[in-house]
Amino acid sequence: MSVAGINVLVEETRARQAAARAPLLAVRGVSAYYGSVAALREVDLDVAEGEIVTLIGANGAGKSTLMMTIFGSPRARSGSITFAGQDITRLQTHEIARLNIAQSPEGRRVFPRMSVYENLQMGATLHAGRYFAEDLERVCTLFPRLKERLSQRAGTMSGGEQQMLAIARALMSRPKLLLLDEPSLGLAPLVVKQIFGAIRDLNIRDGMTIFLVEQNAYHALKLAHRGYVLVNGRITLSGPSRTLLDDPSIKAAYLEGGHPVPDAAGQPAGA
Amino acid sequence: MDVFLQQLINGLTLGSIYGLIAIGYTMVFGIIGMVNFAHGDVFMVSSFIALILFLLLTTWLGLSSIALALLIVLVLTMALTALWGWAIERVAYRPLRGSFRLAPLISAIGVSIFLSNFVQVAQGARNKPTPPMLNGGFTLLDQGGYAVTLSYKQCLIMAVTAVLLLGFWYLVQRTAFGRAQRACEQDRRMAALLGIDVDRTISLTFVLGAALAAVAGVLYLLYYGVVSFSDGFVPGVKAFTAAVLGGIGSLPGAVLGGLIIGLIETFWSAYFSIEYKDVAAFSILAIVLIFMPSGILGRAEVEKV
Repeated sequence: MSVAGINVLVEETRARQAAARAPLLAVRGVSAYYGSVAALREVDLDVAEGEIVTLIGANGAGKSTLMMTIFGSPRARSGSITFAGQDITRLQTHEIARLNIAQSPEGRRVFPRMSVYENLQMGATLHAGRYFAEDLERVCTLFPRLKERLSQRAGTMSGGEQQMLAIARALMSRPKLLLLDEPSLGLAPLVVKQIFGAIRDLNIRDGMTIFLVEQNAYHALKLAHRGYVLVNGRITLSGPSRTLLDDPSIKAAYLEGGHPVPDAAGQPAGA
Repeated sequence: MDVFLQQLINGLTLGSIYGLIAIGYTMVFGIIGMVNFAHGDVFMVSSFIALILFLLLTTWLGLSSIALALLIVLVLTMALTALWGWAIERVAYRPLRGSFRLAPLISAIGVSIFLSNFVQVAQGARNKPTPPMLNGGFTLLDQGGYAVTLSYKQCLIMAVTAVLLLGFWYLVQRTAFGRAQRACEQDRRMAALLGIDVDRTISLTFVLGAALAAVAGVLYLLYYGVVSFSDGFVPGVKAFTAAVLGGIGSLPGAVLGGLIIGLIETFWSAYFSIEYKDVAAFSILAIVLIFMPSGILGRAEVEKV
């Protein structure tokens, strides 16, 4: 059997095992608002240990809002979010981070006037330097580009390098769950490939659980075990990535250069 | 030459005090982008705390060693003033965070008025003198009847400022707390995502700023030997000016700005007219800001987004 075939088998087994256990992250009936505008409506979503789960959707569908709502800002107005069995719906952002969830947020948000090294130190805040040397080595192996630039100010790096730094910074906290928000946004195809390769490595080699938000639906579904589709703040479809990749409505809306045109009912065109 | 040297010493001393207050302005502005207008009055309150403690220790408790008394006064004043700084942030600023931009600024002006009125009512409106202490000094030059002196007080003030600046620079640049503080400065939300307690970091910034204002307050009292309820305003405005001149957000800039303002003020008083010393100081500020809008050591914003 080919290596690729074994990989598929391994992934499928892992996905089945994961589904059987209690999810690491469980989002139940979550609604969130910006002022009086609903950004998320009754969202249900699970991420099990060892999985890569992706959330795809158009610009403004509420993907990044969900990422931030998991971190308590904006807070869920109804519903609940549990992480590793603990209800985190009412916790403050930094308290949630201290439970070992890390995020590489939308727009990367590296600290521009700090060096790469200092940004990584910030990532390791939770451990007060205990594993710093070891983890620094690890992320520099994952992203060799960072190693050459440890003393450079993060704000002067290219977009791709900043994205690598944002992911590396998140990894410095040794997270149980890694949230990645649009890691491919605005990057050259070659860099996207590099970053998605690193994400796959993290999952396969270290068993890292990853929740990936992407506009680039094709790449995301290729990478993930399962996927959810968010339209106007509502989950409209979910299932194994392979199924979603073959789904005609997804193909029409996200994969063949088309854009979803939500109608008044909030359904994607063609659904 | 001798007049010049004497004014140089006087100016550096005055500038050191401005610089210590300016650090508080610059740190708070750096982290929450707010001008803490009450900071000058916190400085004034600390001077009163120092005065009361000093009198308590020497007159009531009969402590005879002035040096020991000063040390105790310094430590206690820093602690009590830090408490004021913490309480002000907690009561008057934190509830307004996330409100419109001017709200905390107006609140700060309110706190400033509250503090000066509170001290006026509680302590009376007249100047409060202290017994003279730490007299004497070095005579550096003595020609033709004009002696250039460097008093012990002036040495103390300059030395304390230098040590504190170095200490704070180390704290901000090299420690985990300083890093957390800079992270909050650059992106508060991201700092929270990394597990930094942003509110606590901001509180600590106010506490540190107030403690430094307290050091300035003790030194001010020591130097001038008198304090009044209205002494928060003018030194406060000058220190704020110093922070802007040096480049707001920059610690060495704050002290540098303080020294420049102090020097301009004393030299103008010595060579031109004492009535116009503040006009001179603020004119220089205006001129510098026209040509260097981000201050002398301020950063020009060149960043990729």
